Amino acid sequence: MLRYMLKRFAQSILTVALVVLAVFMLLRLMPTSGYFSREDYVTMDEAARTAYLRTLGVLDDPFTQFGRFASALAGGDLGRSITVYPRTPITEILAEKIPYSLWFGVAGISVSMALGLLLGVMMARYKDGPTDWLGTAYVVVVRAVPSLIYLFLIQTAASRLLGLPMIFYADDVSSWILPAASMALPGLAWYAIWLRRFMVDEENKDYIKFAVAKGVPRGKVMTGHVLRNAIVPLVQYFPTQVLLTITGSLIIESIYSIPGMGGLLVYAIRQHDNTLVQALVLIYSALVVAGVFLGDVLMALVDPRIKLSSAPVEREAA
Amino acid sequence: MSDRIEPALFAPAAFDAAAAERGGYESYSYWRSTFRTFMKSRLAVTLLLAMTALVAFSFAYPALSGADPNAVALDTERWNLRPGSGSGPFGTDGLGRDMWARTWHGARTSLLLGFVIALFDVGLGMIAGAIWGYARRIDRFMTELYNVVTNIPQTVVLILLSYILRPGFWTIVIALCSTGWLSIARFVRNKVITIRDAEYNIASRCLGTPPGRIIGRNVLPYLVSVIIMEAALTIPYSIGAEVFLGFIGLGLPLDTVSLGNLVNLGKANFMLYPYQLAWPTSILAAITVSFYIVGNKFADASDPRNHV
Repeated sequence: MLRYMLKRFAQSILTVALVVLAVFMLLRLMPTSGYFSREDYVTMDEAARTAYLRTLGVLDDPFTQFGRFASALAGGDLGRSITVYPRTPITEILAEKIPYSLWFGVAGISVSMALGLLLGVMMARYKDGPTDWLGTAYVVVVRAVPSLIYLFLIQTAASRLLGLPMIFYADDVSSWILPAASMALPGLAWYAIWLRRFMVDEENKDYIKFAVAKGVPRGKVMTGHVLRNAIVPLVQYFPTQVLLTITGSLIIESIYSIPGMGGLLVYAIRQHDNTLVQALVLIYSALVVAGVFLGDVLMALVDPRIKLSSAPVEREAA
Repeated sequence: MSDRIEPALFAPAAFDAAAAERGGYESYSYWRSTFRTFMKSRLAVTLLLAMTALVAFSFAYPALSGADPNAVALDTERWNLRPGSGSGPFGTDGLGRDMWARTWHGARTSLLLGFVIALFDVGLGMIAGAIWGYARRIDRFMTELYNVVTNIPQTVVLILLSYILRPGFWTIVIALCSTGWLSIARFVRNKVITIRDAEYNIASRCLGTPPGRIIGRNVLPYLVSVIIMEAALTIPYSIGAEVFLGFIGLGLPLDTVSLGNLVNLGKANFMLYPYQLAWPTSILAAITVSFYIVGNKFADASDPRNHV
C-alpha cells in the first residue's frame, strides 16, 4: 500500500514536471517581440531591446532558463509577473484572485451535486416518465448548445425577469446569485445524466432482480444497492472537480465581470507573461494529478472491492 | 444388424421462421438489429431527417444561391432591418448584410470545421487507440503521453499555433485535434483491452494470426458503432469550441462567416437587435442538438443489450 502510494507520488511528480517542461519549451518558441508593450517596442532601439531581454533572462539557452525556474521554485518562489501585472509577485496575484473563483466554484459544485444527484435518482426511478423526459431535455440542451449562448441568455433574461443585477458587485449579495447558479448548470446536467445511466445499468443486474423477487422494498433496493453501486464510478471525479474550481470559469467570470482566475491564463499567454503562464500551468496540472489520485483513493474507500495497489476498474464517465 | 443409418427413417423438417425467431439468434444480424432499434425511436428518426436536411441545406444554399454573405449595403436604410421587412427571412445586420445568407454560410463553415475535426480525431484516435490497446509494451509510454498532453492547456497550443501559422480554419483544426485524438484513442484503448482478451482472440493468437489482422478483423468491427457515435458527438463539440474561441478572440478571422463569429457579433447587438443573435443561434442549436441526440440514440441502438 505504502509502496504503491510512493510510486504513484513519484509518477505524479514526473507527469507535472513533463507538462511544465513542455509548456516552458513551447513558450520559448514565441517571438521575443511579445515581451514588450507596443510603445516600448517602438521607442527602444535594437541595443536597448537586447539589454531588456537579457535582464529578463530569455536569451539564454532554454534548458538553463528551465534550471533557473526549477531552482527558484524549489525555494518556494513562483516569480513575478512580467507584463500582466508588471513586477507583482505571482503569489500575491493568486491570493487576490483565487477566492472569487473558489467560492463561486464551490457554490456551483454544491448546488450541482445536490440537485444533479437528486435529478439523476428521480430520472432513473421514474424512467420513461415525464421527469425523465424533462431531465433529458435539460441535459441535451446544456450539453449540446454552446455554453456561451445559454449563459448569455440567462444573464440577460434572468436579470430582467428577477430584477437581479447584471454584473457582479462584491458587496451586493443579490448579484452573486446568477453567476453561482450559472456555475451549477453544466455540472448539474453531468451528475444527472451519468447517475441515471449507471443506475439504469445497475438495475438490470441479476442481484437487483433477485432482491426485488425476494421482496426487498423498492426504495431500499434503490438507495441501498442501486445508488450505492452506481455512484462509485462518479466518485472518482469529485476531487478533481473540487480542486479545479480555483481555475474559475472564463465565460461566467467574463460576462459578470468577476475578478477571478477565469481569464488569467488566456490573458497571460496573449501578453507573453511567461512566468505567470508557467506558474498557472504548474498549479493547474498539479491539481489535476492530485485530483486523479484522490479520486482513486475515494473510489477505494467507497467500493471495498477496489484495491488501491492494483489498477482501478475502468468504468468511465466523460 | 447393420450399422448403416437408414435415410428412410428421417423426414426433413420444414423451416419455420416463427420457430427460429423463438429459438434465439439464428437470424440475428448486428447491423439489422441496430438499424431496427434505432428506427423504433420516432424522435431519433425525426431528428435524423432534420439533421440531414440541415446539413444538406447548409451546403446546398451557399453553392446554389448567389447571395453574398459579405455584401455590405451602403444605404443606411438597409441596416438592421427586422426579419420580414423586405430584407430576407432573418433581416439584416448592422452593415446591411443579409442574415439569412450569413447564417447558412456560417453553418456551412462550422459544419465543415466539425467534419474535418471529426475525421482527423476519430481516424487518428482509432488507429492509435487500437495499437495502444493491443500492444502492452507501449501502454506505459502512451499513458504518460496522455497525461502530459491532456494537461497542457489548449489555449497555449492555440496561441502558439496562431503565431506560427495564422489564425484560421486549419489553425483551429490542428489545435483542437492535437488533444482530441488522444482522448478518443484512450476511449478506444479501453474498449480494445476488453475485446483483446476475449476467448476468441486468445484462440486466434494461438493459431498464429498476425496482430494486424486480429486488430483489423476481430477487434475494430466491434468498435464501428462506438466510432460513429464519437464522430457524431465531435460535431457539436467543435461547433461549441469555435464559438468559445471566437469569444476569447482566437477564433476564425472576422471576415470569415462562421456560426461562432455570428454568435459573438449578435451578442454585442443583442439589446437592440435580438433577432441578430436569435436566428443564427436557433440554427446552431438545431444542428448541435440533432447531432447530439442522433449520436446518443445511435449509441443506444448499437448496444446489443438493447436489441432483444
